[in-house]
Amino acid sequence: MMDKTVNQKAWFLVLPVFLIVAFSAVLPLMTVVNYSVQDTFGNNQFFWNGVGWFKELLDPSSDLGGRFYASLLRNLAFSAIILAIEVPLGILVALSMPRDGWRVAACLVILALPLLIPWNVVGTIWQIFGRPDIGLLGYTLNHMGIDYNYVSNEFDAWATVIVMDVWHWTSLVALLCYAGLKSIPDAYYQAAQIDGASRWAVFRAIQLPKLNRVLLIGVLLRFMDSFMIYTEPFVVTGGGPGNSTTFVSIELVKIALGQFDLGKAAALSLVYNIIVLIVCWIFYTVMTNAGVDHTKREGAV
Amino acid sequence: MENIAWMAWTPPTAIFFGLLALTLGTMTWLAVAYPEAERIGILRIPTTRGDRLFLSLIAAAVIHLLWIGFIGSDPIATLPIGEEGVEISNLWFGTLISLVSAVAIFRTV
Repeated sequence: MMDKTVNQKAWFLVLPVFLIVAFSAVLPLMTVVNYSVQDTFGNNQFFWNGVGWFKELLDPSSDLGGRFYASLLRNLAFSAIILAIEVPLGILVALSMPRDGWRVAACLVILALPLLIPWNVVGTIWQIFGRPDIGLLGYTLNHMGIDYNYVSNEFDAWATVIVMDVWHWTSLVALLCYAGLKSIPDAYYQAAQIDGASRWAVFRAIQLPKLNRVLLIGVLLRFMDSFMIYTEPFVVTGGGPGNSTTFVSIELVKIALGQFDLGKAAALSLVYNIIVLIVCWIFYTVMTNAGVDHTKREGAV
Repeated sequence: MENIAWMAWTPPTAIFFGLLALTLGTMTWLAVAYPEAERIGILRIPTTRGDRLFLSLIAAAVIHLLWIGFIGSDPIATLPIGEEGVEISNLWFGTLISLVSAVAIFRTV
């Protein structure tokens, strides 16, 4: 029984996945790398350009570089704002959810609803909802004396896109936090009660530490999703007014499909990809190592 | 060749991916021949050889991008190959730094 036969044949079962990923991800990515060092005028004719596109992309004084850095900053600001709203709000919603009874199911269903709506439908809902002529929100705001028009005013456009994202995704953070809260044993609360801990102390000392892991996952998911956001702002504002809500992926599509500058777009998407990869790696590493004590294995080869 | 014309291959990118595939192949063979063991380095996180390769590749990409962004890719020499010669870009210094950083990552992280 002690001698386990070594059999690695199971690896062959991974082969279909490997082939599908190669076909759907690796080959296209290789093509993007090939595009990024060449220029084309269509007709599948390519001209060598070396690192020229990357040079232009990373140079803020060029057209491409200026647009890249501007959209990157915009995107980071957007991600920071929605995280600053969605994470505390999600925790708050999770804390005020009922603990048992039929209300739990009702709350869960209501919370899950926005998550089930496709991005472009969410965009369309808000696009119409915010219109000053026929949209309920836009009409009401304007009749209350607030000059609200997301098509012509930058601030209004940003507010609309942010509120839309909060509407769409706060539920995700709330559901994650709710799951985290459910996993805290009652004994912790009883101990806190005996000690006469305040509501705030219970939150700081028991609930927040226990939410650590789910919050990390929530922040990772929300950051990546908002950093790669395309459909919703595209449907609502189309990146406007001007360029004020043009995020990186919108800029990328404009360059790739609008101008058909495949080389520039390829260089941009590779840099974009590397940023996403690095952020994911950092989050993943923090997530898998949070609270793990490595001191025992110190010095192991 | 016509079937892959849409991929727009060039000799340099083909060499690049060839070397990448060779590296991955070598690492796979190493993992089979000498099974990996995690260890903790200067980042205070457990890493395997694969993790260190990943970090080296990411670091190489970042180093090259920073080099292009801050220094550029001016030619430093011309090799007498062909009629016009082959220009050597100073970006190869970035490649050199990447290799050094890869060695450092493999030894210390």
